[in-house]
Amino acid sequence: MKADLQFDFLVDEEKSTITIKREFAAKRQLVWDCHTKSELLDRWFAPKPLTTRTKSMDFSEGGHWHYAMVEPNGQEYWGRVDYQTIHPIDNYTSLDGFSDDTGTVNPELPRSKWNVTFSDVKTHTLVETVVSYTSPEALQQVIKMGLKEGLTSTLERLDELLLILN
Amino acid sequence: MENYSAPLNDVFHALADPTRRSVIARLGSGSASIKELAEPFGLGLPSFLKHIKVLESSGLIASQKVGRVRTCKLRRGNLIAAQKWFDEQRAAWESRYENLDNLLTTLKGEEDES
Repeated sequence: MKADLQFDFLVDEEKSTITIKREFAAKRQLVWDCHTKSELLDRWFAPKPLTTRTKSMDFSEGGHWHYAMVEPNGQEYWGRVDYQTIHPIDNYTSLDGFSDDTGTVNPELPRSKWNVTFSDVKTHTLVETVVSYTSPEALQQVIKMGLKEGLTSTLERLDELLLILN
Repeated sequence: MENYSAPLNDVFHALADPTRRSVIARLGSGSASIKELAEPFGLGLPSFLKHIKVLESSGLIASQKVGRVRTCKLRRGNLIAAQKWFDEQRAAWESRYENLDNLLTTLKGEEDES
């Protein structure tokens, strides 16, 4: 990450939300386009080493983005984002969830609501994303799924956490 | 402060309270009896026991009664799971946004050329 760009990652355990704030060295219209056009989303959305592949995109209220994040070995993780409200180039809200390759949302897994706000900071753009889960249980379920491979119960990690809690 | 409005069976609700976080931190250095745990807080035993119940139902701690003494211990796996997941999420967002930085640089270059 470029050292001079703001990045905040805040977890609110009580409200079951994660807030991510990040500044980008570009004008708001361009940053907005990168979040809302699938040919651009395909070029950045998946964290490395995964890549993003759009199957369909309808960026409109009531429309959705159906995409896969793809591992280097070809393993696909399908997701679907349903757009709820859109106010170009200020804000959009959406529901993020796991789906299959046909775009059917997995009803067993909780969906998170995303509220994404774009604002000018001089010549830069600040993007604030608030990811909310409906309940602490929903968040807990997602965590359990993400960690089903097994827990690395190293005591070092716990010691670090205890320092933070103190 | 008591806060029992949210469902109890949950790690995050459990960690949202300063008294419960302190109990977790104390148990990090070893098991302790309810009496030992309650001492620093100046709470009545019934209030303190509510906090212990929240922690137990979240799976963060376990307790066992031997004779008249109830001893609590940390269940480390559940605590580490939550922290690990948040670390992974943070790393994923960092990586994703680095990709976006690079894309924005590329796109701005294209704009300048056209």
